[in-house]
Amino acid sequence: MTLRIDVIASDDPDGAQVVDAAPVIGVEGLDACHVYRVYHLDGAIDHDEVRQLCAAVLVDPVVDRHTIDAVPTPLGRAVEVAPMPGVTDPAARELERAAAQLGFPPIRVSTARRYDLVGALSDTDVAVLTRRLLANDTIERSAEGELEPSFAGEAAVDARVETVVLTGLSDDELAALSRERVLSLDVNEMRVIQAHFEREGRAPNDAELETLAQTWSEHCVHKTFRARIELTHTAADGTVSVTEHDGLLPALREVTEELDPWWLRSAFVDDAGIIAFDDELDLAFKVETHNHPSALEPFGGANTGVGGVVRDILGVSARPIACTDVLCFGPSDLPDEQLPTGVLHPRRIRDGVVGGIGDYGNKLGLPTVNGAVIYHEGYVGNPLVYCGALGLLPHGSHPTDARVGDRVVSIGGRVGRDGIHGATFSSAGMDASTVDSVGSAVQIGDPITEKGCIEVVERARDAGLYTAITDCGAGGFSSAVGEMGEELGVRIDLAGVPLKYPGLQPWEIWLSEAQERIVMAVPPEKLAELEALCDAWDVELTDLGRFTGDRRLVVTHGELGVVDMPMEFLHDGLPRREMRGAWTDPAPREITAPGFDAGLLLTLLGHPDVASKEDIVRRYDHEVRGGTVVRPFVGPAADGPADAAVLKPLGTAHNDIAAVVSNGICPRVGVHDPWAMALLAMDEAVRNLVAVGGDPDRVAVLDNFCWGDPTKPDRLGSLVRAVQGCTDGARRYRMPFISGKDSLFNEFDGRAIPGTLLISAVGLVHDLHRAIDSAGMVPGDDLWLVGEGTPALGGSLVDAVLGLGATEVPRPLDDPLPRYRAVHAAIAAGLIRAAHDCSDGGIAVAVAEMAIAARCGVHVVVPRDGLGPLAAFANEGPGRLVLAAARQDRDAVAAALGVHARRIGEVMDDDRIVMRVSDASDDAEGLERASATIVEVTLAEAVAAFTGGDR
Amino acid sequence: MNRPPILVPHASGTNRDGEAAQAIELAGGDARIVHINELRNGSVRIGDHAAILLPGGFSYGDALGAGGRLALELKTWFADELGAFVDAGKPMLGICNGFQVLVKAGLLPGPASVRREVTLTENARGHFECRWVTLRVDVGVSSSWLAGAAGTVVRCPIAHGEGRVAVADRSVAQEMEDRGLVAFRYMHTGAAPISSPLEPAEGAYPANPNGSANDIAGLCNESGSVVGLMPHPEDHVVSWQRPSGPEEGSGLPIFAAFVEAAG
Repeated sequence: MTLRIDVIASDDPDGAQVVDAAPVIGVEGLDACHVYRVYHLDGAIDHDEVRQLCAAVLVDPVVDRHTIDAVPTPLGRAVEVAPMPGVTDPAARELERAAAQLGFPPIRVSTARRYDLVGALSDTDVAVLTRRLLANDTIERSAEGELEPSFAGEAAVDARVETVVLTGLSDDELAALSRERVLSLDVNEMRVIQAHFEREGRAPNDAELETLAQTWSEHCVHKTFRARIELTHTAADGTVSVTEHDGLLPALREVTEELDPWWLRSAFVDDAGIIAFDDELDLAFKVETHNHPSALEPFGGANTGVGGVVRDILGVSARPIACTDVLCFGPSDLPDEQLPTGVLHPRRIRDGVVGGIGDYGNKLGLPTVNGAVIYHEGYVGNPLVYCGALGLLPHGSHPTDARVGDRVVSIGGRVGRDGIHGATFSSAGMDASTVDSVGSAVQIGDPITEKGCIEVVERARDAGLYTAITDCGAGGFSSAVGEMGEELGVRIDLAGVPLKYPGLQPWEIWLSEAQERIVMAVPPEKLAELEALCDAWDVELTDLGRFTGDRRLVVTHGELGVVDMPMEFLHDGLPRREMRGAWTDPAPREITAPGFDAGLLLTLLGHPDVASKEDIVRRYDHEVRGGTVVRPFVGPAADGPADAAVLKPLGTAHNDIAAVVSNGICPRVGVHDPWAMALLAMDEAVRNLVAVGGDPDRVAVLDNFCWGDPTKPDRLGSLVRAVQGCTDGARRYRMPFISGKDSLFNEFDGRAIPGTLLISAVGLVHDLHRAIDSAGMVPGDDLWLVGEGTPALGGSLVDAVLGLGATEVPRPLDDPLPRYRAVHAAIAAGLIRAAHDCSDGGIAVAVAEMAIAARCGVHVVVPRDGLGPLAAFANEGPGRLVLAAARQDRDAVAAALGVHARRIGEVMDDDRIVMRVSDASDDAEGLERASATIVEVTLAEAVAAFTGGDR
Repeated sequence: MNRPPILVPHASGTNRDGEAAQAIELAGGDARIVHINELRNGSVRIGDHAAILLPGGFSYGDALGAGGRLALELKTWFADELGAFVDAGKPMLGICNGFQVLVKAGLLPGPASVRREVTLTENARGHFECRWVTLRVDVGVSSSWLAGAAGTVVRCPIAHGEGRVAVADRSVAQEMEDRGLVAFRYMHTGAAPISSPLEPAEGAYPANPNGSANDIAGLCNESGSVVGLMPHPEDHVVSWQRPSGPEEGSGLPIFAAFVEAAG
């Protein structure tokens, strides 16, 4: 029998949130919203058992009311929303398990949410609420009234493969075939495949074609980053130079090999980069992007983005210990009429993404400790979601030598039709029809299953149970097994793969990107021990096949042949691309800059890029594992922004070394000069890291390039310039790149995002007791400024806010390390109490943020450095930090910082932020001969602007 | 030195077991993280331990309400062993998800045999939240192993989405007050040193971060052996874990009292 249970909580924050959000999307008449959790049960369960089930797990006797098989009479209009079949539904699964635990007959469960919308609502209102707020039709069904349950499960089908005839197809026909099957292969690549199978004397089947498309996708093989590129660079004065670039990725690797510091353990070879932590332990770091999925299903996209990058860390045998996230969204206040068809509103994307990140990281028990949020019109159609993870592993514990005879083993989640075509989908642009064609590429994560994988991998590593390991990401088994077996060859049988529901064809099993799976090479004699370990931790294990030594990829489904290809063709058959890029430096433009005043300071503090991110970041656990030394919020009111995160990993109490993680990102600069953007982002990352006590000589960085369609010369030209900036920067800062990721084709209807480079840095604080933050100052302390200003306002926040139209960007530092070494030495010596970097909004915002963080007044005299009044306060030149130090240490600080710093003011025992400027260069004289007050605001005003007055 | 063996059960989704074990060890206990499957198959026995600490996390993803599934497992698989444990007066401590489990299993405030009138449900703000709070071991907690620590102030983080103490009606809260079952209370925070007199949060956000009735952050049972709380004192047991500010409010005294009661 089938029955339904409706449960509602007596006081219900979910309903209140719907009511609050309705006016924001233009629905004014919603007075109340009552949210029911709906459970459909199917099976031989009797009414008494249903009552027991309700009492045991479904209905909280204190706050819930429920009905069994009596749909509550709606007070208004009822809308029901349910996950589509095959979408991960942990509540359904846990309820089925709870019933089994109580000894009841097996049941199948389907869940839904029921919204009773009360108020004067038109049909349009209900439709708008449903579409914009309650349901996402990428993964959910919805209807007014009652929604029929859909129980997971389809009829089993006979496994079959479909032959795809390529012989005789013209270029146009090959291109059409690639499009229809979402292969994302170009004609050249299709021709190579056609030729290969003609040589073999047979037609490929669907699974083979899909395997090639996944393995050769931009997502998996980074075609653009391996291509030969001719760049035509036109300087602002019209000088044209043409240069040849023999691969962007090789260029990045080359600098790392050239720098090759002793503490570098592994770069660019595996799922994550690895550096030394101490004598025994290493740190693994990786940042991924999950942009395309997050645009369609923000919660699920970001959710699985976290899951994916955490698996990258498992893929180098490390225990994940922390997460980071950097997010780029369209403006939250974007008027509806400016929203392109097929795009979710930026606010909804933001809320979903933030929810998805929190849900996954929190449930994995990983602190999310560092990040940034940037708002810009260019991200309306393509939000960017960068998910990072940090891991810890004993030095030398990551095996990478699968042997002939080893078993190919998968652990973790089951396989469904979810996430098919993820790799190829993210290797193409999007438009309004994308949802329909690739809806299945998006999925919801299951962090608890991944948590099990974390526990098993750590123990399996320590027990030496595997000889190689990789995560199952884009392309599913086809990529993971294909890569792992590249050298040896593998033979796989898909018939035994546990499925979420029957009905999958072999190619779907092979390609599915169902989450939370790890693939290992396991010596046959270790298999039983691994199985026992998985049983102990409630993790499912599947023995897929073996490493053969014949260098072929052979996949069967029982007796049925599915794939039979030489590894050589799969991995080396892809023709290298020849591409052309063009970049023109913008002409310098004279701007008319106004002055700087208190009102502008408050505007900058309240700008979404600067303002407090508490409403986002507090939804992430930044304390779990008990190792957070410098957390995202600092100071007595816990609302000052931290520069970077300092973490003392659990289990490393034998010394005082801590890890530090920071980031740099400045897409506004890249619009004018992508080369400078790379160097300035690297500067931001390292100065953030140094500001909390990190050692500038122990920094490794990751690159993450999010760009538009690289087949268009202007996008590619900008990308090449940014890579040049990275390689130049790595040499200037002596920071090796250890891993990276490119996400291209971030375009909507032919409009590209601003080329956006994220630099993520990982390093060390040698003594965690010397870690500082931006709030540690007390009244009477001296304030010091490191670095000089720049007149160039191109790409600055103040330029964006005032619409100045500046195109000249700050000049990157030629020799940045001496100043950072000096600052680090002063911090490590215990001379510095607080530090904060000057980034968005320049020194004015930096000083005000320190005052907010410490809840102290400040009185500063900003050196004019020959700049106009606006630039003096708000320029975003590199290499600048504000430091606070005790007055009695003044001479010692001056000696430690030397030419790199000037004393600019004092921390006050009052509630005022006062700023003046001075032409004088000498510290003492400058403070004496300052201008009249230019900015004076109270702490309360600054706090209100920064927090939006809403705590 | 006697280091009492303390069981730290791990179910799928448990995630603050590592730092809970660390706190126990610092307080002089012998922490043993044991998967629930090992308890179920009998390879490890609950009764062989001097105390139980149910740690934080998201057991089974909290898919049917926080802690509900693990509470069901405790009730169906370990009812007798846990009953004996409680009857013997051996100390139990549930933190965050562990507290939710104890409440949903009817062990807090208990007794399990009567209809449950207290629960932990969605935060008043409707979402997960992480922030440092100030709590005090309630001066009225008389019969518990916590009594010696009554008045102790702890600064530590919360990190939960379903931490609001809700009661069937106001008299239930009053009765818990009268019977000394309120173990921890949220206090007003701010920059003031905790040596100065602190006032209860009186429902004000963010001092009371989730809207809990009577500012209740933690409860104990009638005999005082079973204690649970939402905040995480295990995340503040060494000085560098604390945000910059007064050198006060370590959670270690809580674990010291717990281990002492076990020993």
